Amino acid sequence: MADLALTAVSKRFGDVEAVRDLSLSIADGEFVVLLGPTGAGKTTTLRLIAGLERPDAGDVVIDGRIVTGEPPAHRDVAFVFQQYSLYPHLTVYDNLAFPLRSPARRVGESDIRRRVQQVAALLHIGQKLGSRATHLSGGEMQRVAIGRALVREPAAYLMDEPLSSLDAKLRAELRIELKRIQLEVGATIVYVTHDQIEAMTMADRIGVIRGGQLLQLGTPREIYEHPCSAYVAGRLGTPPINLIPADLLRMETAPPGAHTVGARTEHLKISAANGHDPVAEVRWVEHLGDQNHVHLSLAGHALVTLADPRQPLRAGDRVSLELADALYFDESGKRLHTPRHWGAHDCR
Amino acid sequence: MAEIKLENVSKAFGSFAAVRELTLTVADGSFFVVLGPSGCGKTTTLRMIAGLELPSAGRILLDGEDVSGRRAAERDIAFVFQLFALYPHMNVRQNIGFPLRCQNVAWAEIGRRVEETARLLRIAHLLERRVGGLSGGDRQRVALGRAIVRRPKAFLMDEPLGVLDAEFRRLMCGELRELHDRIGATTVYITHDQVEAMAMADRIAVMNRGAVEQVGTPQEIYDWPGTMFVADFLGTPPMNFLRFDGALRRGDRRVRVNGAALDIPELRDDGAKGALALGVRPEHVSLDDASPLRGRVFGVEYLGTTQIVTIATSHGQVKARLSSSTTARIGETVGLGLDHDRISVFNAASGRALKTAFHEGAARG
Repeated sequence: MADLALTAVSKRFGDVEAVRDLSLSIADGEFVVLLGPTGAGKTTTLRLIAGLERPDAGDVVIDGRIVTGEPPAHRDVAFVFQQYSLYPHLTVYDNLAFPLRSPARRVGESDIRRRVQQVAALLHIGQKLGSRATHLSGGEMQRVAIGRALVREPAAYLMDEPLSSLDAKLRAELRIELKRIQLEVGATIVYVTHDQIEAMTMADRIGVIRGGQLLQLGTPREIYEHPCSAYVAGRLGTPPINLIPADLLRMETAPPGAHTVGARTEHLKISAANGHDPVAEVRWVEHLGDQNHVHLSLAGHALVTLADPRQPLRAGDRVSLELADALYFDESGKRLHTPRHWGAHDCR
Repeated sequence: MAEIKLENVSKAFGSFAAVRELTLTVADGSFFVVLGPSGCGKTTTLRMIAGLELPSAGRILLDGEDVSGRRAAERDIAFVFQLFALYPHMNVRQNIGFPLRCQNVAWAEIGRRVEETARLLRIAHLLERRVGGLSGGDRQRVALGRAIVRRPKAFLMDEPLGVLDAEFRRLMCGELRELHDRIGATTVYITHDQVEAMAMADRIAVMNRGAVEQVGTPQEIYDWPGTMFVADFLGTPPMNFLRFDGALRRGDRRVRVNGAALDIPELRDDGAKGALALGVRPEHVSLDDASPLRGRVFGVEYLGTTQIVTIATSHGQVKARLSSSTTARIGETVGLGLDHDRISVFNAASGRALKTAFHEGAARG
């Protein structure tokens, strides 16, 4: 495995600036997730690392070596795509062995056998080695696709939404497995997704991307607790953070210039109307099983927060909102620091 | 609007029984979700309600009238597949009006109903726009408009939000439900996504292998699953099962699970013997040093407000949803506290839940 880096990389397709002046360095053995909506530039970034696209400016560095001008085959990275592309006429074994049998690699059959069995065991598909690829379930196929990347022991793995075509249950299972495998083999992984749960549960660090730019890079906890902007704050958290116009709340603790107050569920306390905190009306309580979402209206502004299951709330109830440790943003959406949160975590 | 009733409906394709002896009632004006994994028979059920398939046995009643043998066109029901299928060369007005033109409705009437529908969906300002330039949400609203404009007796929707990404799906769930509350049309909605089902349904029918496992409100299905299948299908992560062998009798309030004595809600069932299982939701598991039930922390998944901690025990893995401020380190041994009054008890051989005081609280409450 190896470290890798992008230095001031840009890429444009016609009028579209897909990636803008993006710098990122990833340590050996690190799992970095690039999180962003469709069209944010995540996949282009991954393709630039792989060499499937050539940057207009900037460099790609793998294992300390500038590889910007090199073709994909010389970069020693393995790419896992969203749609598993297996050879349907081959068995699982032959699908896994395929990358090793490439004439460029010259691996002996006994080494291939050892390696395939090792990877199959890691992915819990050891019993399926003799099956045709088409006889597998969706989850098994995706594991084979990941396995085909793993047999190679490349410098880094690049994964583009590899779990998004699977159903929720399988996705949850493979999330844990992928993280376990990554820890076991010490793999360097750059993983692209729009799913915040995948990002939070697997990443050592998350890079939040929007409009081709890296907005913030940090551990899941840093990004969640210390977002640099209102946009980043909205990317993580279920229900999403409430962004409330500051003038709707009487906040003595708000820093000067506060335009928006960001209140996550854990920052909001609901109690019977008490006369001094701002009063909101319960619009409805949404029972989602593990979580109950309370939809509130504060002077016409909609808020959603988690309900304590033991707190009886009904539509039409009037409640007081108490805010603790909320986040503040200026008019442009940039985070304003309160003395308590003073410090790093600025936007790039 | 209409009540929809299925009585002992079965459908076979060759030797494959897609739907078996299905009986259910969709109340007039309700939002009814059929939830199940792929291949469970939910789409076949919907297609039979629509008249796109005819049942092999049983009756389908629409407002009390037997329509079992009638084809789709004779049933006055609007079928919505995934909502994106719009005619790209037509503008919004033409797209919404299209079903009425097919029915040879007079022009003036079409204009009036299209405008009324657009107002209902809050897209009146988009009527002259081409659909190609619309945002994803507005396209969905137009597609929905095309179903609503006919004023059918009921709406049937087959995974209409399936192609959308998660955040947008969540938004559309809220809108669909709100729209339903405004027009009050009987709706049968098919999905494999439990969050959609929980968020929108008045009642949910969970299907498995062509049969209904349980029908109830979202809360009933989630809190008092009737079978282990339902318990496992709902919840992210799903209900934990602690499997053990033993015997339970009416009135029991405690079980021994591999030596550890655990409290349960009082058993109000005839009892069971042999393979049994306790079911407990991850949000009802806590860390408790004093608990006899112990395990080793296997994984920690940070989710912001909460975290999912996976603990390996001698009864299998148990997942706990804990506040993110709780410290849990991988490899450390912990005791597990269970909210004993919210535990489900299953006969693990049949998969069926045993009745307890917890269920009866439900029936009363």
